[in-house]
Amino acid sequence: MDIVSDIAVIRPELFVAIAGMVMLMFGAFRGESSTKFIYWLGVGVLVVAGVLVLAGPTGTSLAFNAQFVVDDFAVFVKVLLLIGAALALILAMPFNLREGIDQFEFPILIIFAVLGMMMMVSANDLMSLYLGIELQSLSLYVVAAIRRDTLRSSEAGLKYFVLGALSSGILLYGMSLVYGFAGTTNFEGLATLFAADSEASIGVVVGLVFIAAGLAFKVSAVPFHMWTPDVYEGAPTPVTAFFAVAPKIAAMALFVRVMLEPFGALVLEWQQVIWFISLASMLLGSFAAIVQTNIKRLMAYSSIGHMGFVLVGLAAGSEEGVTGILVYLTIYLFMNIGTFACILAMRRGGRMVEDIDSLAGLSKTNPMLAGALALFMFSMAGIPPLGGFFAKLFVFRAAINAELYVLAVVGLLTSVVGAFYYLRIIKVMYFDEAAEPFDKGLGREITVLVTVTVIVTTFFFIGLAPVLSGAEAAAAVLFAV
Amino acid sequence: MIELAIFLPLIGGVIAGVFGTRMGDRASQLVTTVPMLIAATLSCYLLWDVGLQGNERTIQLFTWIDSGALELNWALRFDTLTAVMVFVVNVVSSMVHVYSIGYMSHDAHKPRFMAYLSLFTFFMLSLVTADNFVQMFFGWEGVGLMSYLLIGFWHDRPSANAAAIKAFVVNRVGDFGFMLGILGVFFVFGTLDFDAVFKAVPDVAGQSFEFLGMDVDILTTICLLLFIGAMGKSAQIGLHTWLPDAMEGPTPVSALIHAATMVTAGVFMVARLSPMFEFAPIALSVVVLIGGTTAFFAATIGLTQHDIKRVIAYSTCSQLGYMFFALGVGAYPAAIFHLMTHAFFKALLFLGAGSVIHGMDDEQDMRKMGGLFSKMKVTAVLMWIGSLALAGVPFFAGFYSKDMILESAFAAHTGLGMYAFWAGIAAALMTAFYSWRLLFLTFHGRTRADDHTFDHAHESPPVMIAPLLVLALGAVFSGYLAKEYFVGHDMNEFWGGSILMLHNIIEEAHHVPFWVKKLPILVGVIGIFAAFVMYILKPNWPAAFVARIRPVHTFVYNKWFFDELYDRVFVRPSFVLGRGLWKSGDGAVIDGVGPDGIAAATRNLAGRASRLQSGFVYHYAFAMLIGLVLLATWFLFGFFR
Repeated sequence: MDIVSDIAVIRPELFVAIAGMVMLMFGAFRGESSTKFIYWLGVGVLVVAGVLVLAGPTGTSLAFNAQFVVDDFAVFVKVLLLIGAALALILAMPFNLREGIDQFEFPILIIFAVLGMMMMVSANDLMSLYLGIELQSLSLYVVAAIRRDTLRSSEAGLKYFVLGALSSGILLYGMSLVYGFAGTTNFEGLATLFAADSEASIGVVVGLVFIAAGLAFKVSAVPFHMWTPDVYEGAPTPVTAFFAVAPKIAAMALFVRVMLEPFGALVLEWQQVIWFISLASMLLGSFAAIVQTNIKRLMAYSSIGHMGFVLVGLAAGSEEGVTGILVYLTIYLFMNIGTFACILAMRRGGRMVEDIDSLAGLSKTNPMLAGALALFMFSMAGIPPLGGFFAKLFVFRAAINAELYVLAVVGLLTSVVGAFYYLRIIKVMYFDEAAEPFDKGLGREITVLVTVTVIVTTFFFIGLAPVLSGAEAAAAVLFAV
Repeated sequence: MIELAIFLPLIGGVIAGVFGTRMGDRASQLVTTVPMLIAATLSCYLLWDVGLQGNERTIQLFTWIDSGALELNWALRFDTLTAVMVFVVNVVSSMVHVYSIGYMSHDAHKPRFMAYLSLFTFFMLSLVTADNFVQMFFGWEGVGLMSYLLIGFWHDRPSANAAAIKAFVVNRVGDFGFMLGILGVFFVFGTLDFDAVFKAVPDVAGQSFEFLGMDVDILTTICLLLFIGAMGKSAQIGLHTWLPDAMEGPTPVSALIHAATMVTAGVFMVARLSPMFEFAPIALSVVVLIGGTTAFFAATIGLTQHDIKRVIAYSTCSQLGYMFFALGVGAYPAAIFHLMTHAFFKALLFLGAGSVIHGMDDEQDMRKMGGLFSKMKVTAVLMWIGSLALAGVPFFAGFYSKDMILESAFAAHTGLGMYAFWAGIAAALMTAFYSWRLLFLTFHGRTRADDHTFDHAHESPPVMIAPLLVLALGAVFSGYLAKEYFVGHDMNEFWGGSILMLHNIIEEAHHVPFWVKKLPILVGVIGIFAAFVMYILKPNWPAAFVARIRPVHTFVYNKWFFDELYDRVFVRPSFVLGRGLWKSGDGAVIDGVGPDGIAAATRNLAGRASRLQSGFVYHYAFAMLIGLVLLATWFLFGFFR
């Protein structure tokens, strides 16, 4: 395979990489005054990258000695995470400029993180997988600590970095074990090996557990979730919004691909691990969220819980399960961006407020915002006919068909517990004594974003059929032998 | 066309109910009263067409329920029995509507009242036109509901609310029996259509089923269950306690619902089901026993009450007893005859009493009346007419119907028949006595009202007097005009197939000894004379007499202690049981273990879960590594399973 056809396959990634460096150059020469322009440039780059992804080769193409793969699954997930990143960038712009986070590096770091994620999604080798993860993580560590002058942001970045380094170590150790016992790092090679050999050696199995743990850290699944609440709370809110969406989608896609492609033959072994972390995530995500008073921390536990639900689909280990995961991630993206847009509107006297209690009486002081947030909360709680209901529906159906009854029942029960804290926010907004109103003037960007996400969340069922068929096509790739 | 007689009240009631507050008082009075008057005219035509011309018919409206073996049509069954009932209901109801315009003139919620009245009328009409048990039950429950709403119409009075609830709950007991009866009918006959059931009754008669080791007659059981429903609605002894309390409602309600129409639903039901009861002689005996006892028992209480409306209420209860023992001895036509005449004169008495109350600033205690004749002559004369009819004085309406009932009871020649006959005679004596006690205490003698009230006592406006005149015409002439059709020579042609009598007791009743025919008149005259002596000639005798028989009087005055007995036996134990189930059952066990317990456990767990989040990086790293080790271990052990 020659270099020209390889480059054709990686065209979107190449574009993003070059664009990122161009933006860096631009920023370096023009200085801080160009920050706003670079934000829009970043959004533009993400949009163009999305177009390139969609315009890429159809079917499955490999590149660079099968290190890199582009297939329907990768395309689907890349589109999702590009949308997520673009929305998060738009969300971040007014906030960052207003709060004095006006370094032009922010959008560039986001672009590089997105590049890493795209590589993760397309990884077809343990080595390219690791490269993607590290590129993404290093960008994110910096972004988390972007607000150098505040203690909490720096602390969040540092915690994330230390724990992320630990998880990278675990991941690498697992990879080396797998390589040592299997003799290859290529996904297809591993798949062939395990398919032929019914008894996997202990070394491979331990390596698999380590890899799973490393990836579980990235999707913040219990017990590797501990960084999540602290980082979510400490990082600036738009960063949190980005964290909650794009990296989660990329890491989950990677998790799915690693488990099903190279280790697909060992499904009976890893299913138990996924089963356990899924169960633990759902339980912790719902129970620990109840006592939270900070809405960003609450969202952290909420995302842990959501990842638990998504992992139910993976535990099913079936095509139906992966379809469910992709549908879930799609709606999860819009619900979260919408919710964080609402959270960004929580300003009083020019300062951000993050207490749930400060939402009291929002229905009277700002009925539109309260209505939108209430809608997102209902959707997250899984109330039909909102999007969140369908997300849960598909993963639980997959679990039932895979006879994972315990998981399905616990999932439903934790949904009930989860409904409590989502509904509590609605109760605070609608039934509590009105507090001081928030600052007026949300800014055009937030208004537009909230409107768009409200529409998507509410009328998701109308667009369900195309999303579902796309997800089914994407899922089918992973099971094509 | 004739359907309008049924549906006009519904239309008027719905319009007044929904738009009443926007239309205003006058418009909602018109929109209910005018359709009622039209419906009343139509029902006069209906009675002529069906009863006299013999044009019985059933109008199928639509299929109501079609589920498996159960198929029910909504149909209007117009036979003579129904036509008589529709006539009585519509005429009395239209008069009450007119009367209410005057009586409720000071009330703030006229549209609601008028809407209730019209809706009640509709439910009563659907009860009497029913072609099957379920449709009858629909009307039955509907009138119960409207009765509840109307008794509690003045819902700012606690006593009215209590009375409304009492009426509803006591009726529930009866309705439960009725419902079981309906289920029994469906179980045994496989259908709920009257015609189909009636046709199959002779085959079922005599069959029995085993219950607790006893052979029980099927038909008797069903009839007794249905009769329990009738007892509740018609306030027969045991389930009568709600009726006197129901007088808390406005007086037009008492006249319409608790005298003329709804309380007679039980009588109508037994008459309608005569093809079933005729084959269940034991059930009929029970009906005689209950009816006779009620007639006597309620009359005794009527002797002692001081509230003008309560006297009439117990009188109603007593007269319903007459109707029931007439049914029990098989004299269904006599019962329906009395139902009709009673509807006229009892509605007249109630509305007359209402006129007195209205003129006396809502005073109901007869001890604070007296000498009102000069103040309200028309009302007084009309009340006299009503009382004459009630007491069975010759040539007034009650004379024909009541005598017919007593003669039928005598003609039955059974032990129970004789019991009912003598109970009826005793009741007739007391009826005459308390009726004139009421008249003398209210209209004659020296007044006991305070000067202010007495000076302001006034005759009611024409809008209230006019309906009384119409009802008075009924109270005077309905007996004489209708007797040949209801219980005379034209009886068989008149009733057609609507009532089944296995042997014609009415015929035998015409041939009882002379003294049986004259005894009721004699005791009536004695009663009137006794009242004259006690309350006009020697006004201090009643007190002295009461002092002589203090224990008996106390017993009777307190309504034979039925309320106290029920309070001890049913109400308080229910409260104790309910409180126990609530506090310890629901509160402690279900809430404690269920919602509250789970909530507390959840909160506890949530606190623990969030305490894991210490904020120290090394704790987090430790948790990750421990998690990793645990997973690996589990994995390896699972692997080497």
